[in-house]
Amino acid sequence: MTDTIVIAELSKGKINATTNELVTAAGMLGSNCTLVVPCTESSVANDAGSITGITKVIAAKSSVFETYDAAAWAEALDSASPSGIVITSASAQSKDLAARLAARRSVSVIQDVTGIQNGTLSTPIYSGKAIQNVSLNGDAVVTIRANIFRPAENSGNCDVQVLDTTGNLATALQEMVQRASERLDVSEANIIVSGGRGMGTPANFSHLEEIADKLGAAVGASRAAVDTWEEIPHSMQVGQTGKTVNPNLYIAVGISGAIQHLAGMRSSKYIVAINKDAEAPIFQHADYGIVASWEDALPVLSNSLASLLG
Amino acid sequence: MVNIAVLVKQVPDTNSKIQIVGDRVDLSSVKMEISPYDEFAVENALQHKESEGGTVTAITVGNDGADKVLKGVKALGVDNIVRLDYDGYMDSNGLQSVLADEIKSGGYDVVYCGKSAADTGAGSTGPGIAERLGWGSISNATEIKFGEGLMVTSPAEGGDAIASLSLPAVVSCDKGSIKVRKSNVKGIMMAKRAQVDVKSVSPPSPTITIVSEVMPPAKPAGKKYEGAQSAQTVAQLLRDEANVI
Repeated sequence: MTDTIVIAELSKGKINATTNELVTAAGMLGSNCTLVVPCTESSVANDAGSITGITKVIAAKSSVFETYDAAAWAEALDSASPSGIVITSASAQSKDLAARLAARRSVSVIQDVTGIQNGTLSTPIYSGKAIQNVSLNGDAVVTIRANIFRPAENSGNCDVQVLDTTGNLATALQEMVQRASERLDVSEANIIVSGGRGMGTPANFSHLEEIADKLGAAVGASRAAVDTWEEIPHSMQVGQTGKTVNPNLYIAVGISGAIQHLAGMRSSKYIVAINKDAEAPIFQHADYGIVASWEDALPVLSNSLASLLG
Repeated sequence: MVNIAVLVKQVPDTNSKIQIVGDRVDLSSVKMEISPYDEFAVENALQHKESEGGTVTAITVGNDGADKVLKGVKALGVDNIVRLDYDGYMDSNGLQSVLADEIKSGGYDVVYCGKSAADTGAGSTGPGIAERLGWGSISNATEIKFGEGLMVTSPAEGGDAIASLSLPAVVSCDKGSIKVRKSNVKGIMMAKRAQVDVKSVSPPSPTITIVSEVMPPAKPAGKKYEGAQSAQTVAQLLRDEANVI
């Protein structure tokens, strides 16, 4: 069996829970899993040894990990990682890093893996309109979509080795512009409430925000809404020319379900559609469909959520 | 004078249905067009030229069917159009190898590409080429300011990062706020007569094998309710049946 290397996914300076999902995927692709943790302080990796299924933790310590720089991160993590199949998350940043790691090692990169069976990896193509199954003939770099693989447990105990690494920075951060709202981005959210042109006006998205606040959800939009209203930024767009998402719950409001929108959200675990047109294609993909205008349905949904969630 | 390259790819129109014949996607009846994000790459390349002076060369990989995309960007104002002629399958390693070789031999200062192509959605080509060339790169750029180097805005945790990037470099482009230009009749007529510089390439053999391409598994039919009051039922099901709230 090939050795595997998991690059830990970090958010806000801590190891993100999706790292446990990567370890599960690693167990399906090979054995002898090394977890490499990019960090400025090795204490970040202190608890990582408890993830079940890994045999070693390398805390790759370097000042280059203060902010993301693709070239320096790839150089430092390549030097810290043994040979084998390298596995990262499929976040935007990690996909970028994975492409560089693969290029450094002159191997292929397989992005956005959504399934592994008997050594065959499945990835969505044409934004999920079809699935491509590939097999590896040697080492590769593989990125894994979040929220699909069962997370590995935390009942293990292995050593953490601290390794000083370095890389050459190619960019210099000038400024961080914090997002204006505290609201989650659709690419980070477990629940998404999306609106389409059926919302009538961009101001009506406030009704979606109210539901989203109750659920701790992000607010998304269809391409039609983004193209029609300047107030709805492209960063909210879900679909083939926007973001591809797979949350636990996707609530589509006033969205008809154009093929390119479906491509971006069809892999969501549960889909709720609210639309006054009973023939809207979105209903063919919804687990729960509500044929009603959003003006009538959202207040009922809001009250029900309030009583359920307390 | 900046020597600018922009990578373009032809993909199925994003509104098209994808069909499987046998165990492969069948694109024979699908309309092909430039990958949507590549349009932003072309626009940024042209704006870079207009700001700093230089030439823009569009490069694609494929058979002569891909010439249409090259002519399309020629009509927008790209100076040179190059096709790396290849008809078989390349994995990411093969594709990046031939492109990196072409970028190196062309003496380019900067490469623009789309953040990902609408067919694979991978987004590997830009950063992969940069790594092979030993260049810096920024992916998913939403705004670029041109000067000696570049000032690039791209999404980061909790907001946007604005970073400087010195040339040579690769930038992969997201939609952002720029408007892409449209071609005019004069441009289209000129592009018709333009010659595609066709070059042969020999990529390394793929290290992965495509086993099959299939349709996504069909979802079982869901529950559909009439009327706004059913939102209460659905909320309860989300709690009791789906366990997602």
